[in-house]
Amino acid sequence: MQVSSTLRETLITGGKTVHDVSHDISKQVEGKPTRSWWMAFGFSLALLGVGFYSLCYLLWTGVGAWGLNKTVGWAWDITNFVWWVGIGHAGTLISAILLLFRQKWRMSINRAAEAMTIFAVICAATFPFAHMGRLWLGFYWAFPLPNAFGSLWANFNSPLLWDVFAISTYFSVSLVFWYMGLIPDFAVIRDRAITMGDKTRATIYNALSFGWDGAARTWSRYESVALILAGLSTPLVLSVHTIVSMDFATSIIPGWHTTIFPPYFVAGAIFSGFAMVLTLLIITRKLFKLEDYITIYHIELMNIIIIITGSIVGVAYITELFIAWYGRVPGEMYAFWNRALGPYWWAYASMMTCNVISPQLFWFKKIRTSIVATFVLSIIVNIGMWFERFVIIVTSLHRDYLPSSWTMFYPTIYDVGEYIFTFGFFFTAFLLFAKFFPVVNMAEIKSILKSSSEKKH
Amino acid sequence: MESNKNFVVGVFDDEDVLLHAVEKIRDKGVKIHEVFTPYPIHGLDDALGYRRSRLPKAAFLFGLTGTSLALFTQIWMLGFDWPMIIGGKNFASLPPFIPVTFEFTVLLSAFGMVGTFFIASDMKPYKWPRQFDIRSTDDKHIMAIDLATNKFSKEELKSILKDSGAQEVNDKNF
Repeated sequence: MQVSSTLRETLITGGKTVHDVSHDISKQVEGKPTRSWWMAFGFSLALLGVGFYSLCYLLWTGVGAWGLNKTVGWAWDITNFVWWVGIGHAGTLISAILLLFRQKWRMSINRAAEAMTIFAVICAATFPFAHMGRLWLGFYWAFPLPNAFGSLWANFNSPLLWDVFAISTYFSVSLVFWYMGLIPDFAVIRDRAITMGDKTRATIYNALSFGWDGAARTWSRYESVALILAGLSTPLVLSVHTIVSMDFATSIIPGWHTTIFPPYFVAGAIFSGFAMVLTLLIITRKLFKLEDYITIYHIELMNIIIIITGSIVGVAYITELFIAWYGRVPGEMYAFWNRALGPYWWAYASMMTCNVISPQLFWFKKIRTSIVATFVLSIIVNIGMWFERFVIIVTSLHRDYLPSSWTMFYPTIYDVGEYIFTFGFFFTAFLLFAKFFPVVNMAEIKSILKSSSEKKH
Repeated sequence: MESNKNFVVGVFDDEDVLLHAVEKIRDKGVKIHEVFTPYPIHGLDDALGYRRSRLPKAAFLFGLTGTSLALFTQIWMLGFDWPMIIGGKNFASLPPFIPVTFEFTVLLSAFGMVGTFFIASDMKPYKWPRQFDIRSTDDKHIMAIDLATNKFSKEELKSILKDSGAQEVNDKNF
């Protein structure tokens, strides 16, 4: 007799057996790519090509190809940088923080979300590198290496240098965490290839799996590695956007000089990250027929996180306005008045609408369980989060201390071009990942199949 | 080196049956060579009597190395080797050094621990594992018993495995 628990929500539908899990996920890797995959891949490659041309032009000509001016020295580049880094945060939150909280629903989505993190951080890193102008010298400027000036070291008092360490550590630790998760699943594909007699694939995936054997002793060590990596990644992910926010918060520019930035940036990062996870996973589950693994219930839970973090972000916006008024510092009061009602009022209004109002729609169960509504809102949230960074950066800079320096920022096609480059890279990398790597963590799904899956009757 | 080793291999379908089987078989005094499972099974390492992994200690030591290295480097570079006046602040004040110290601690700790894991488990890209049953990464739990380390005969071991719930019992020689 089968008894299904009324307390535990069903995480995997379709009455899957353990073998079905191996089969459903591995067959994406084993089969030929579908037509829709090729179409998506072709489109991403086109974006990448256009963006690459733009990037080459930028590096050849110099940063002057961007629309920056003497007053607005930071604009789209840093906006895009912060936007991409923020997107990455959802992956680590899902894989590390939800692991520590023993949230089993993370298991269907952690693999794709972590891949998204890694690609998003690479996209983010291209902006500061491009802004260096001579990026081949970047390592000397960014890392404390002995150099031609004798022993003049990098300035460790600078938040920009903290950022270098934060982002590179975040990238490498996320990469290791993601790869550790992939190891047992590579072994599944290897053993299926051996059974099918495909020697080449077996050799490649055996190398990728580091010769995984699945012994109880290895699993026991593996589990403690995963737990400690989660424990290390949790403060790490919170530190990364905290340090990114310090790029602004440690300055004395009105609109940036505020102590609320670290928590506010971290909440915004998770908010935008979950939105991007939803955008990607809704497409992936459709493209690879993963409806039984990534269910409406998963989508609903992610939407609930979006309501929570979206509301935190909303409270932060209002707190900023309140403190600017309550603090009575003329510079601060003017910065916020200008932000909301100045020439960039439309950016501020877009930010408020997309980030504060639109996620509140998820209070309705009908909307948060609708795939179409979720998909549309997830894109709106990311547009809103882009505007948030643009508003913070450009509106604080464009009204300088002297009215003679006041100006506006107009992007050139090379500003747009580099943004397109990162999109091209992001989607190309994600599609390659989805084709060659198992997109769902098979080992973890198998371990919860007995307790949390729908039974066949 | 290990040529001509003979094993009896039990194949289990269900993780709970496997867990009870491990306890029952060890109670009879049989030495289990190893159990291979497609996913981690809670409590299996305890049932097999494995020691807790010392990897957390390794992670802590690597982390400690990271902390001290980062702090030492920053204080030496900016405090002693080439002091710079930045905003009139102290040459070697601690607070601005904390972010880099933290990041470096996490970096060394994570990489050190994962490196140790690979070395301890003897995992390398060019190494093929010894596979008792290829289905162990798919949906079967495999228990391997080495004939050389047990006083029981092959037939006795096979019937013990069958009695404790194994679906199949096979021979495997390397």
